[in-house]
Amino acid sequence: MKKNTAFKNSLSVVLGIISVIYVLPVLVVVMNSFKKNTYVKTDTFAFPSGDMWAGFDNFIKGMTFGNYPFALSAGYSVLITVASTALILLFTSMAAWFIARVNSRICRIVYYLCVFSMVVPFQMVMFTLSKTADTLKLNTPWTIPVVYLGFGAGLAIFMFVGFVKSIPLTIEEAAAIDGAGPVTTFFQIVLPMMKPTMISVGILEIMWVWNDYLLPYLVLDRTKYMTIPIHIQFLKGSYGTVDLGATMALILLSIIPVIVFYLACQKHIIKGVAAGAVKG
Amino acid sequence: MSKGKSAKAKNTGILKAEIQKYWWLFLLPVTAAFIIGFVWPFIQGIYLSFCQFKTTSDATFIGFSNYGRALSDPSFVHSFWYSALFAVTSLIFINIPAFAVAYALTQDIKFSNLYRTVFFMPNLIGGIVLGYIWSMIFDGILSHYNTSILLNSTYGFWGLIILICWQQIGYMMIIYIAGLQAIPGEMIEAADIDGANGWQRLFHVIIPNVMPSITICMFLSITNGFKLFDQNLALTGGQPFIMNPDGTTIKTTEMLALNIFNTFYNSNAASRGTAQAKAVLFFILVAAIGLIQLKFTRDKEVQQ
Repeated sequence: MKKNTAFKNSLSVVLGIISVIYVLPVLVVVMNSFKKNTYVKTDTFAFPSGDMWAGFDNFIKGMTFGNYPFALSAGYSVLITVASTALILLFTSMAAWFIARVNSRICRIVYYLCVFSMVVPFQMVMFTLSKTADTLKLNTPWTIPVVYLGFGAGLAIFMFVGFVKSIPLTIEEAAAIDGAGPVTTFFQIVLPMMKPTMISVGILEIMWVWNDYLLPYLVLDRTKYMTIPIHIQFLKGSYGTVDLGATMALILLSIIPVIVFYLACQKHIIKGVAAGAVKG
Repeated sequence: MSKGKSAKAKNTGILKAEIQKYWWLFLLPVTAAFIIGFVWPFIQGIYLSFCQFKTTSDATFIGFSNYGRALSDPSFVHSFWYSALFAVTSLIFINIPAFAVAYALTQDIKFSNLYRTVFFMPNLIGGIVLGYIWSMIFDGILSHYNTSILLNSTYGFWGLIILICWQQIGYMMIIYIAGLQAIPGEMIEAADIDGANGWQRLFHVIIPNVMPSITICMFLSITNGFKLFDQNLALTGGQPFIMNPDGTTIKTTEMLALNIFNTFYNSNAASRGTAQAKAVLFFILVAAIGLIQLKFTRDKEVQQ
């Protein structure tokens, strides 16, 4: 028994060291976001002291860098992520209940098409989808959630249908006997029961939309609208001499909300991601 | 599965008919968006792969020649083998550490929750941002040797492997932890009573029991490897480039998805048909891997 505890303690120490190494890249970003541009490349791993210290200059510069306010990109990112996730959660849960309970031929066709869509890589549809979105004026941050609902429906429908099938029908039958119509039954009885799956699907969608680069890059009218990933790629991609310090400041600003979100609801995030992986 | 079917069998009569009346509310919105966002672009994509076109409205049917052009494009062939090599390498370098860490974390050691939190964290950072974080780190090291990750394709390859390991070890670890925690405790106790040593316990009891998780993780790594785009674009963007004597360019670290993207948007608009044919071939490849995975997991279910 003694030997076992000693072994476990040393295992814990080893993992502790690996954990520290694991967070180093983030610390390097933090250090360099406070470093003067010229030192980022030459003294990447040095602490920003003395001459290297740039204070908050990088952050101030980064805000208006590239003739597009970073705050605007961040705002559009938030808008698109929140609206798309809300739209997907509401409409796919409704459709999944309908598909599972009615189970007509059309339901099965929609369901299997959704399952099929999960194996189709985005490159297959990117050109035609961006043209279709253009034609239908889905190329603004206010309308792009419809595109996300369409392209992202597959996984959400799949996960919700799986869950609805596990709910015993007797509860809904009792509600029907009590005189509740389908709309009442769904919103007052089925929807509250779906909460755990809602959280899992919601987290998967938030992570996907927030980090997504290619879909908004191709669909949005880039002269007017950017999201955070597009903004960062734009800074690095279209300038010969990049201000690395300012770029690191923006990268830090863009990962802070992600890390806060993660620390606030990591249990749900880990559970949701595992559920999505195993099912998808 | 069987539970769902029996529940459906009972679901006849009033309830179903009542729900069906509201199809326009429940089913229509998703179906309409799904047609706009997936079904129509997909069908049009298949059709356009047989066409010469610059935009979707000027397409002329030309049969299979786009496919011929795609398969004889050296940059596409290169990106295929490069992606395949990357997928297999990343499979090994992600899954072995992920399993080891998961196994260690399930030995009820101190701070295991904290470590799990740390290892999973990079998974939430988007691919573009990840690419720039690591390009800064690699160039910070390589600049001391007067080179850059953009100048050497070997550095580009292993750089991307390191990046993807940092991002995905924690993700796979979560799946392995779930698998390891599902092994009944009595089974491990029985092995201990029978006198199994640590290695015997690992290889004869634990690994066979987490086979479903191993299958999932292996296929996930392969598919993710082939589909990688953002990280590839942000870390090297395909550099360094090699000019062939015949005037074609090979982007040495360009993967399949990036090759398709560049054929669509960064070369002659006349090659869009070829790009769409490449995209269809890419889809067939990814779907085939998915089907093999489905077969694997189904077979495993029968055995249990």
